[in-house]
Amino acid sequence: MREQILKAIDKNSKISAADLAIMLGSTEEEVKAVIKELEDEKIICGYPTLINWEKIQCERVTALIEVKVTPQRGLGFDKIAERIYKFDEVQSVYLMSGGFDLTVILEGKTMREVANFVSEKLAPMEAILSTATHFVLKKYKEHGLPLVQTKTDERMLITP
Amino acid sequence: MSIQPSGIRKFFDIVTEMKDAISLGVGEPDFDTPWHIREEGIYSLEKGRTFYTSNAGLKDLKIEISNYLKRRFGLEYDYNNEVLVTVGGSEAIDVALRAMLDPGDEVLIPQPCFVSYEPCTILAGGKPVIIELKGENEFKLTREQLLDAITDKTKVLFLPYPNNPTGAIMEYEDLKPLVDIIIEKDLYVISDEIYSELTYGRKHVSIASFPGMKERTIVINGFSKSYAMTGWRLGYAAGPSVIMAQMIKIHQFAIMCAPTTSQYAGIEAIKNGDADVEMMRDAYDKRRRYLVHALRNMGLECFEPYGAFYVFPCIKSLGMTSEEFATKLLHEEKVAVVPGTAFGNCGEGYLRISYAYSIDNLKIALERIGRFVENYRK
Repeated sequence: MREQILKAIDKNSKISAADLAIMLGSTEEEVKAVIKELEDEKIICGYPTLINWEKIQCERVTALIEVKVTPQRGLGFDKIAERIYKFDEVQSVYLMSGGFDLTVILEGKTMREVANFVSEKLAPMEAILSTATHFVLKKYKEHGLPLVQTKTDERMLITP
Repeated sequence: MSIQPSGIRKFFDIVTEMKDAISLGVGEPDFDTPWHIREEGIYSLEKGRTFYTSNAGLKDLKIEISNYLKRRFGLEYDYNNEVLVTVGGSEAIDVALRAMLDPGDEVLIPQPCFVSYEPCTILAGGKPVIIELKGENEFKLTREQLLDAITDKTKVLFLPYPNNPTGAIMEYEDLKPLVDIIIEKDLYVISDEIYSELTYGRKHVSIASFPGMKERTIVINGFSKSYAMTGWRLGYAAGPSVIMAQMIKIHQFAIMCAPTTSQYAGIEAIKNGDADVEMMRDAYDKRRRYLVHALRNMGLECFEPYGAFYVFPCIKSLGMTSEEFATKLLHEEKVAVVPGTAFGNCGEGYLRISYAYSIDNLKIALERIGRFVENYRK
C-alpha cells in the first residue's frame, strides 16, 4: 500500500485521499493514516509545485555547479555537503561518482547573483578545490513532466 | 450485400458534429506509443528498411512473438510455421475465418462482442450463430449456452476474452467446462486475446493452454492495446501449422506483409516493453476502480470488469433503451458513450464506457453523467 500510494502521488500530489482510496481499492481512513506515517518518517519530505517560471517572465537563473572537494577525515563528504546545502539559494546537492564530487544546483535572480555566490561563498570554502559553473538555458522536462509542449487528444471520438 | 455498416459508425457521425462533446467512446489507449518503441520505428526508416518483409513477417519478430507467448501464457508455437504477423488483430480474424470456413459452416459468436466477427463470417461464406451472453453471468460463456448453440454444422467458436465491450474475462475455472465440449464436437476456436495484457488482479488464461486445445485454436493477439500501438496496425495469429499455412496463403495474396516499420518497432515493444505495459495497466486499473465506484454511486448496476478498458453498466432501471440514453446524454450533457446495442442486440440496456482517458477527463464526464441519471430518476 505504501509503495502504491507513493507511486500515485509522485506525479500528482494534489490527488485527494478519498480519490486515492477508490483508485487503490482501499478506504479513505487507511490512505490518510499511511500518508501520515510516510510524512512522519520523512519518506514524504514535502509537496512542492512544479512551476514553469519562464511563462511568467520572472527573472530567474538556474546554474549547475560541478564541485571538487577534499573529503574530511571521519566526516567524508557529508560535512561539506551540509555547509553547502544550508544556503537558501541552493536547490539540490548530490554526491557524484566520476570526474567531480558534488553537483550543486543553484537558483538566483540574476547571473551576477549566482556568480557572487560562487566566488564569495562557495569557492573560498577551505575544502573546495575547484568549481565549474554551467548556466541552464532552457528547461524541457522536470520531475518526469515535460514543460514545453501541451498534448491534444487526436483520437477519433468514437471507435469500436 | 447482406452486411450492415457498423452500429458504431452511426453514432460516430452524430458525435463528430458536436464540437465540445467529451467522449468516453474510444476503443484505443490514450497513451502514446512508448518513445523507445517509436524511436526504433524511426531508426528503421533512417536505415532505409523500407522493403517488403517475408509474407509471414520478420523472422526476429516471429521468434520474439513465440518467446512471448511461452513466457506469458505458457503457449508453445514454432515461429517458423505456426506464427503469422498481420495488419492488426482485425486482419488475423478475417484471414482465420476465410481459411477455415466452407460455405454454410456455422460460426458461434458470443455477443456483446467486437463488431467485426459477424460481418467477417458472412464475407467468408459462413453463417453466424449468435449466442446472447447474459448480465447475470457477467457476460461469460457458459457450458449450457455453448451446448444449446451447437449443431452438426458448427465449425468455429469465437472466444473474445478479455472482452470488448463488457470488460468480462474468462478465468481457468470458466474455460475448463467448455473444453471437453469443444473437443467432443470437434470445433475450432478463434480466441481473440488482443486485451490479454489488460487484466486486473487476475491473470489471463488462453484456451489454447488446455490439453487438446492448441491443435484446434487460433490465438489472435497484437500490439495495439498492450503497447498503445493502434495506428501501427500490427497483430498476429498463432495456431496449428495446417491452418496457418492456409492463412499465410490468403495473407500473402491479400496483404503481402504487415508494414515493415511497424514490425521493427514491434520487435522492440515485445522485447523491452514489459515495464510500459505494467505502467499502463496500473493506470487503467486506478481509473477502472474510480469509474465503477462512481457509476455504482449513481445507482447504476455495474458488474466488476476485470479486463480490457471498458465498463459496461446497466441502465435498465431508467426505463430507456441504450440508444435513447446515449443520444440524450450526448445532447443534454455532451458526453459520448457507446450504446451496448452497437455490439449485438443483447447489449440492449447497457452502455460501453471506456476508461482510456485521464482521471481529470473521467471526473468531468462522470459529473455530467451523474446529473443526467439523477434528472431521469425523478
